[in-house]
Amino acid sequence: MLELFRFPGGVKPASNKQESAGAAIAAAPLPERLVVPFRQSATGSATIQVRAGEKVLKGQMIGSAEGAFGTTVHAPTSGTVLAVESRMLPHPSGLAAPCAVIEPDGAETWIERVPLDPFKVDPQIVRARIRDAGIVGLGGAVFPSHVKANVVIDTLVINGAECEPWITCDDRLMRERTEDVVCGAALLGRLMGAKRILIGIEDNKPEAVQALRAAISGEGYCETGDMQVVSVPTLYPAGGEKQLIRVLTGIEVPYGKLSPEYGIQCFNVGTAYAVARAVLHGEPLIARIVTLAGNYTKPGNFEVLIGTPMNALLPLGTPQADTDRIVMGGPMMGFAVSDTSVPVVKATNCLLAMSQKLFPPPPPEMPCIRCGACTRACPMILQPHELYWYAKSKNFGKAQEYNLFDCIECGCCAFVCPSRIPLVDYYRFAKSEIRAREREKAAADTARERYEFRQFREEREKAEKAARLAAKAAETKAKLAQEEADKAQKVGADKTALPDDKAALIAAAQARVQAQKEKDSA
Amino acid sequence: MLTAILVMALGAIVLGAALGFAAVRFKVEGDPLVEKIDAILPQTQCGQCGYPGCKPYAEAVAKGEADINCCPPGGEEGIRKLADLLGREFKELSGEHGVEKPKSVALIDEQTCIGCTLCIQACPVDAIVGAAKQMHTIIAAQCTGCELCLPPCPVNCITMEPLPETIDTWKWKYPVIGIQPVNKVAGHA
Repeated sequence: MLELFRFPGGVKPASNKQESAGAAIAAAPLPERLVVPFRQSATGSATIQVRAGEKVLKGQMIGSAEGAFGTTVHAPTSGTVLAVESRMLPHPSGLAAPCAVIEPDGAETWIERVPLDPFKVDPQIVRARIRDAGIVGLGGAVFPSHVKANVVIDTLVINGAECEPWITCDDRLMRERTEDVVCGAALLGRLMGAKRILIGIEDNKPEAVQALRAAISGEGYCETGDMQVVSVPTLYPAGGEKQLIRVLTGIEVPYGKLSPEYGIQCFNVGTAYAVARAVLHGEPLIARIVTLAGNYTKPGNFEVLIGTPMNALLPLGTPQADTDRIVMGGPMMGFAVSDTSVPVVKATNCLLAMSQKLFPPPPPEMPCIRCGACTRACPMILQPHELYWYAKSKNFGKAQEYNLFDCIECGCCAFVCPSRIPLVDYYRFAKSEIRAREREKAAADTARERYEFRQFREEREKAEKAARLAAKAAETKAKLAQEEADKAQKVGADKTALPDDKAALIAAAQARVQAQKEKDSA
Repeated sequence: MLTAILVMALGAIVLGAALGFAAVRFKVEGDPLVEKIDAILPQTQCGQCGYPGCKPYAEAVAKGEADINCCPPGGEEGIRKLADLLGREFKELSGEHGVEKPKSVALIDEQTCIGCTLCIQACPVDAIVGAAKQMHTIIAAQCTGCELCLPPCPVNCITMEPLPETIDTWKWKYPVIGIQPVNKVAGHA
């Protein structure tokens, strides 16, 4: 039995997972329109590869990966691209970004799917496949998986903790798509040379633990190696990467370091599943499991095509009449979507319906009494009340000194705050202000560099011009002298007595001057 | 008496030698204050302060020749930073040098451009590409929005376009507590 560790802090919100965990994953019907954003990874947007009017096949690449951190985007179904235009994204800003609007033809004609044998081909080919399948971290951070998989590690941690209340998409995935989850984990482990694979699942999901254990011990269709399913105590945020690593291995990944430096890498179960589908079945990431939970009459989990507008998906769960907002993500870390016409993206794990009754608005913010409850709850061992103080007074340098960027925005501090201060909002504000300043700084530095280079260039051009002019003058002078000499030679050839002539002329001139002088003095 | 004078004199010589050595050994190249001020300035090189660039303005501020409130692109925040650095009082941006504007980049109307190269010569950061009698265009990523290209243009084909907010540049707002009517149900706020 693996020895488990504990991470500091953490809270125990009511999990509320029973309702949506009961029902099996159902396929969401094909919507009338799909809106596929090209920006589906934490590292930026894919390069647009389709035009309006073009026919696409299911799984066809419509956005290509640019650079080492780029990821691809695919058509979720076959049909016609109606437009490539800016559409509102599910993002706290409610801003728009380029999307492909696809009208499905209903035929669901796949591209040619080529499975790979990951145990025979080169790891680089597997990694390229992961990139070309558009796989990003499905736990919510949407960081490109091929970049994360490009390390050598000892221990692979597969994150099935799913610690956010209400969300059950990973739970259902582990129960129902067990084989592919296990295979994906094995494949990722092999790709990075991991000696052991630990699948961490919170102990409020015994069925998922059972299912995975059975799949590992049974005869599966892939070699699992040293894989263990570990049931970890339910404590929010056990599903945070650094928290789960600490619980399973006891290693605390310090500030500014990444887990691979300690021989560990962590992937979500959903990502492992997507990797298995991409490598073993040749299917790019075009769908994901989304939980509909909260204020619905029929909560559950649905396999949804990426790009499905949320307002086409929500009726499947039948939101109750008093639903006043939809939150993407869970109650701890999610954000309210500005409009339900926005599409489901790779990061959409849950659409939580909220009502005044189910989620009453927080009472008004009261002053911080420095009780320290937030500090005890913080899983990153930060001092939230200090961060709050500095963020509120816009003293960003000080906030950074208190390691603001270590904050994982899990919301534990705000959850326990007796003054009901929306602490995370302050941290997000401070973080985005600092990032904006860094961008401005970088822009100013570039401008300074370019300005200085321009000045250097102008100086150099001036010097070059002067040198050129001097050279030309010298050349002209030399030429004149040459001409003079030539002329002299010519004259000399005609009349050899030129020097005497010249001397006579000078003598005559001198005599004239002398005569003039004498005349003047006289 | 003599001993006391000797001791004091010796002390003075030793300390003087130490200071003299330090002055030579740890001599700082350039004026670090100018560098610090220059780091705060936005580097638009727009000359609105009355100096030919950010560095000359920084030098003037360091010498005490220029005031700290002459940089419109730096805005109020820039003035606050300068005031902090120099231990001076904060001042409102001086009106004669201009007003703080939203960050913009220049845009050339390529239909109107006659290819005169005058704007290229005016751009302090070489952010305009083009050649004589060829259409010019602005490299938006490098443009500092200094507006120096506007006056030389003989056909007025350059406009300043404010930068739109994108998902990459969007910022979380300062948390404000919504005021809720006391006698109504919460949620109408």
